[in-house]
Amino acid sequence: MKSCILAAAVPTLLSLWLSSPALALDGEPYIHDPSTVVQCDGKYYAFGTGGSGLVSDDGWTWHSGTRVQAGAAPDLIHMGDRYYMAYASSGGGLGGGHASSIHVKWSKTLDPSSPDYGWNDDHVVASSDGVEDCDAIDPGFLLDPTSGRLWVTYGTYFGFIRIVELDPKTGHHVEGNQPVNIAIDCEATDPLYRDGWYYLFGTHGTCCDGANSTYNIRVGRSRNILGPYLDNLGNDMLKGGGKLVVAASGRFVGPGHFGLMDLGDGVQKFSCHYEADLDKGGRSVLDIRPLLWKDGWPVAGDNFKEGTYEIQSERSGYAVELAVDFVRMGRGGRGMGGGFGGRGGGGPVTPIPAQALAEVSSNWPSGNLDIRLGDFMFRPHQKWTITAVTNAGGYPGSPYFKITIAGTDRALAATAGAEVVAVPAFTGQPEQLWRIDQLTDGTCRIMPKAAPNSTEPLALSAIGYSTPTLAKFDPKSDKARWNFKAP
Amino acid sequence: MNTLRKIGMPGFGVLAVLAFQVSSAAPGDPAPGPAPGGPVGVGAPGRAGRSFTPEHPHSLAPYFTPATSSPKAPDADGFLQRWLLLEPINKPNSGNTVFTDSYVRNAFTSEYFPNQFTVVPHDGDKVTVAGEELAWHAVDSTLFNVKLFRFADGVNKRTYGVIFWAVTVVNSPREMKNVRLAAGSNSASMWWLNGQEAVNLFGDRRMVMDDGVSKRLTLNQGRNVLRGAVINGPGLSDFCVRFVDENGEPITDIALSLENAGN
Repeated sequence: MKSCILAAAVPTLLSLWLSSPALALDGEPYIHDPSTVVQCDGKYYAFGTGGSGLVSDDGWTWHSGTRVQAGAAPDLIHMGDRYYMAYASSGGGLGGGHASSIHVKWSKTLDPSSPDYGWNDDHVVASSDGVEDCDAIDPGFLLDPTSGRLWVTYGTYFGFIRIVELDPKTGHHVEGNQPVNIAIDCEATDPLYRDGWYYLFGTHGTCCDGANSTYNIRVGRSRNILGPYLDNLGNDMLKGGGKLVVAASGRFVGPGHFGLMDLGDGVQKFSCHYEADLDKGGRSVLDIRPLLWKDGWPVAGDNFKEGTYEIQSERSGYAVELAVDFVRMGRGGRGMGGGFGGRGGGGPVTPIPAQALAEVSSNWPSGNLDIRLGDFMFRPHQKWTITAVTNAGGYPGSPYFKITIAGTDRALAATAGAEVVAVPAFTGQPEQLWRIDQLTDGTCRIMPKAAPNSTEPLALSAIGYSTPTLAKFDPKSDKARWNFKAP
Repeated sequence: MNTLRKIGMPGFGVLAVLAFQVSSAAPGDPAPGPAPGGPVGVGAPGRAGRSFTPEHPHSLAPYFTPATSSPKAPDADGFLQRWLLLEPINKPNSGNTVFTDSYVRNAFTSEYFPNQFTVVPHDGDKVTVAGEELAWHAVDSTLFNVKLFRFADGVNKRTYGVIFWAVTVVNSPREMKNVRLAAGSNSASMWWLNGQEAVNLFGDRRMVMDDGVSKRLTLNQGRNVLRGAVINGPGLSDFCVRFVDENGEPITDIALSLENAGN
């Protein structure tokens, strides 16, 4: 049953959100070949080719960070009290050669202001000699949660993508372990484990051609970390297979270099770069997007887009609404009182206009209004305009939003009692700022930036079929899952 | 229902038995009406009209049994099944679409009988509403929900265009914070715990468990008075009520006792 809901929900959300422009990360998120985004001491870090670094306090606004010696296309992983970085020394055809090596080193922190900051034990874990069918660049880590074993994939279009085992205690190559070929015709690979499957993400297409780059991220999966990795048609990635995860869209061209961000509680996101953001002069930029799963395959979600929506409870199917009198419309037509459709006399058939805000809002009480859930009838008290709030911070991939009744300033707000109301006007207080994360099933989690008198994160939750509240998010329940639908 | 008289709780069971035989059914007749969940011969909710129920014996069985003097725990899902129900107040409505927030709130805050927001009656107590004498009945619902239509029919009163009042006393073994009252009703209803409004369900509603849920409440140690009012035009009417904890799980370690409830 659940899978049917998901199968329907994912394309619905995707098609809706494509109708409005995506929000690009704020700040100066310029980077190429980014590593997986990793959190350290409350900040988010990413490193790209040439050692360029980006740092963010919240995952939304990014600034240039400390550079490191990281060659080409580094990757990051946090294990124990160490942050390991893998990078390529050369190769990739840079300077015309394909001889390269994958290096691994570690630091106890990614914060350059910390006395613990410093990269140690830089060593080679894999290499290519420039002649063989492999070019040792673009490393990607996986710490296998089922075995605790550490792996790194690497390679580019020059031959094979390979995987080799490392020692999770040191980051060194496991002596005697031989690299295994697992794919061809891609680069920037990154392995991932989920529900009994190993997934190999790889980037296909043309790199490094700005707005003309055809980079796109594809995936295959296997029951074995060493492959074979097959796509949705059963085609082996060793023969060029790969199911599309994300390609160009909107104003963003050439997504590549997948990196998983598992935020817990059923929220997964992925980092990537776009070869070109047309709104930023075609520069290569970082992005963070929701990662959804449909029938065992990853699907790129979209960060929440501004617009006017019905907010529908996954629990009850009812819509979030102001607790005000329902105002009846003229019945029109011929319902039960005049005979069912088609019967009855002639006369012109004329459209009935939707109920307008002005018809009803003057009777709404002026103070705070309770919020409840009700049958969605696309009435003014059920339509919510969701708008990004500037300079209010954000979270990985998105800014905070205000949620107001369309055409008004009445704003959804958290209360000191961990309930929700609509206040008469948006003031920008933290309890009126909302975080909207798309969950892996395509539904959304809605959380206030802060709730008065509460120190724990709370999420909008349908405690009853018709009653919303704020409660600790339960990833196993539909109570706190919401759908945004065009009204 | 003039056979009932206000007496103390010791006579409770006797009266209740009388109340369950107010019908014209002869002793030994099978229980009248359809089995719980079975078909009914009345108009659908939301449709204007009147009851077309054929002439039949009237009895509270099998939907209700007389409340006893022993405390009654909620059922396994936490639903409260012991109530004092007032025979329906006449409130003609040919349809349920009029039950907006304002209408229902006004309908329930109008005074129909003295102390309607404070009284905890005894079984058999009577009030007079618009010249009509109505009696309170102490009953245990045999189902998780309280089938008000069957109650009204069982005491041979009007079933359509009505307001029902319900009261029960919840005894809690300890103070319980952050609990919620969860209610569903057909049609609109309002609920008060210890005199404070807790849940409202407006509109033309179908009974759904946990439809409306209160904000976080405190159940006092000992006695708590829960009061509700349900309004309905045509169709079946009923309600289901329970307390749930912070996680929405039912609270079952409470007891309902109407003995001495009005003292």
